[in-house]
Amino acid sequence: MTVNFSLLALDQILNNAVTIPHMSGGQFAIPLVIRMATGGGRHVAAQHSRSLEGWYAHIPGLRVLTPATVEDARFMLKGALADPNPVIIFEHVMLYNMEGDFPSDMKEVDIACAKVRRAGRDVSLITYGDSLFKALQAADALSSEGIDAEVIDLRTLRPLDTKTFLESVARTRRCVIIDEGWRSGSISAEIGMRIAEEALFELDAPLRRVCARETPIPYAAHLEDACLPQTETIITTARELVKPS
Amino acid sequence: MTKKVHLDHAHLLHLLKAMIRIRHFEAKCVELYQAQKILGFLHLYDGEEAVSVGVMEALTPEDAILATYREHGQALARGVDMRCLMAEMMGKLNGCCRGRGGSMHFFDRARRFYGGNAIVGGGLPLALGVALADKMQGRPAVTACFFGEGAVDEGEFHETLNLAKLWRLPILFICENNLYSMGMAVERAEADVDFVHKASSYKVAGEKVDGMDVVAVESAARNAVDRIRSESDPYFLECATYRFRAHSMFDAQLYRSKEEVEAWRKKGPIERFQTWLESNKLIKPDELSAIEKEVDAEIAAAVAFAEAGPLEPVSELERFVTMEEVPA
Ligand SMILES: Cc1ncc(C[n+]2csc(CCOP(=O)(O)OP(=O)(O)O)c2C)c(N)n1
Ligand SMILES: [Mg+2]
Repeated sequence: MTVNFSLLALDQILNNAVTIPHMSGGQFAIPLVIRMATGGGRHVAAQHSRSLEGWYAHIPGLRVLTPATVEDARFMLKGALADPNPVIIFEHVMLYNMEGDFPSDMKEVDIACAKVRRAGRDVSLITYGDSLFKALQAADALSSEGIDAEVIDLRTLRPLDTKTFLESVARTRRCVIIDEGWRSGSISAEIGMRIAEEALFELDAPLRRVCARETPIPYAAHLEDACLPQTETIITTARELVKPS
Repeated sequence: MTKKVHLDHAHLLHLLKAMIRIRHFEAKCVELYQAQKILGFLHLYDGEEAVSVGVMEALTPEDAILATYREHGQALARGVDMRCLMAEMMGKLNGCCRGRGGSMHFFDRARRFYGGNAIVGGGLPLALGVALADKMQGRPAVTACFFGEGAVDEGEFHETLNLAKLWRLPILFICENNLYSMGMAVERAEADVDFVHKASSYKVAGEKVDGMDVVAVESAARNAVDRIRSESDPYFLECATYRFRAHSMFDAQLYRSKEEVEAWRKKGPIERFQTWLESNKLIKPDELSAIEKEVDAEIAAAVAFAEAGPLEPVSELERFVTMEEVPA
C-alpha cells in the first residue's frame, strides 16, 4: 500500500491505533506495524507520489521509521514487530529494486538511532529515504572540490534521534537538511528548529534546506524532476554554505 | 417503458467505430510506452470498450462524467479531443491537463469530464457532489460515475449510494465488473458478489448487463438514464466485462489462467459485434476498412500534435497550486 491510500485508513490509524493506549489510561497497547510505500520519481502524478512521512511524524504515539538500505528494510521490520506501539515503516518507492547483502550473522538493527553514513568535517547533510543516495552522491561530488561532507541517515523520524545530528552539526558547523516532503511544517522544519534550539551557537552558517517544491507532484518528467530534491541542488546548496560566492 | 436502441446502419457503424477508436488509440499508447514517450502507469481498457461506448450513447452534453485511472475509453467516447489526450499521455503542455495529470488524470471541463481518479473509489463521492450541485441549481443533468468492482470494497461506495438515494440524486452508477481488482479475484474480496443486490440494500434500483455487448449496454443505459431523469432517482448498472491485459503495463498475471483470458477474448466486444455485423451483412468490407483508416489517421494526427507540443515551462510549476479566481 502506498501512503497515498493510507488517507482512507487515517481514522483507524490516528483516532484509534495511536490514541487508544493513552486515552484508555494504559489499558490497551496497539502493537501494529504498517508498511507504506512513499515518495515520487515514478511519473505517476499527484495522487501516487506523496511523501507524507513527516506529516505522520507529527503524531505522538507513533514510531515512524524510514529505512533506506537493504539491511534496514529487513531488520527494522523485525524491530517494529517487537515494539508494543503502532509503527509505520515508510519505504521509498525508488528503493524497492535495490539489491544488497548483509552479514550472515546480522540479527537486528537499532530502530531508535540515526546513522552517520559518511563522515566529513565541512558540512552535515541530514536526510533519510531515497534522498540519502542523492546526498551521498552529492558528497562524492563535493569531495572532488575539496569539500568534505558528512551524511546523516535519520532512519527514524519519530522519535527523532537529535543527538546524532546535533553532534554532527557541532563538528561541521554547517548543515543542509534534505527532505522529499514539502517544506512548510515539515520534518525538515522540525530538525532545523531543534538545531536552532540546541546548537545555534555552534553554527558558522545559516541552516539550509532542500525540499520538494510546494506543489502536487506533476506527471511530466521534467516537472516532477523540478519538484523533487536533486543531487545538483544539494551540491550547490552545500557549496554555497562552505564557500560562499 | 423499455426503449429499444434504434439500430440503423449509421448507428451500428458508429458504435463499431467508437470501440475501434479506443482499441487502436491504446495500441498506439502501448507503442509509445515502449518507446518511453509515455511514462508511469498505463491502465488499458482493452476488452472493456463496449461499456463506455454504450453508456455514453445515453448521455447528453449537459451530463457529467467521472471515471477511474482506466479512463481512456470514457474520455474518447465522451468526445474529449483525442489530440489533447495523446498530448497529456506524453506530458505535453497541449495535453488536456498541461501534462500534469498523465494517463490516469484526464479532465475536460467543457465536456463535464471530471477525471481520471487514481484513488480506487475516489470518483464516487465526487459524483455525489456534482449531482447534488446540479440538482440544487436546477440543472437537469445526469451524472455518470464509472468505477471498478474493486471500489465496492470501500466505504466511499456505500456512503455514496446511501446519500444518492436519500437525496434522490440523478446519478448513473456504472460498475465495471472485470472480475479482478489488480490481482484480487472478486470472490476473494466480496462476501456477496451480487452487486445489484448490494445496491438494492440502499434502495438503489439496478441491473446487471452483458458488458461485452455494446447494444445491450446502450439499451440498458438509455433505459436507466430515462428513469433517472423522470424519477430523479439514482440507478446502478453493473456491466460484466473483462480486461484482456495486465492491470497496468506489467503484471505476472498469476491470478488467472491463460485459458480464462483466451475464452474472454473470444467474447471480446469488438470481435463479437463486428462478427455479428458481418454475418448479418450489416457491414461491407470496404466500410470496415474505411473505419479503420479514419481511426488510424486520427491517431496519427494525435501523435503528431502531441510530438509537436511544447513542455510546460518549469517556471509555471506553482501556477494553480492555489487559484486566483473561480473559473467562470
Ligand atoms: C484507495 C486505493 N487503494 C489501493 C489502490 C491501488 N489500486 C490501484 S488500481 C486497484 C484495483 C482496483 O480494481 P477495480 O476497482 O476493480 O478496477 P479495475 O482496475 O479492475 O478497472 C488498486 C487496488 C488505489 N489506487 N487506491
Ligand atoms: Mg476490476
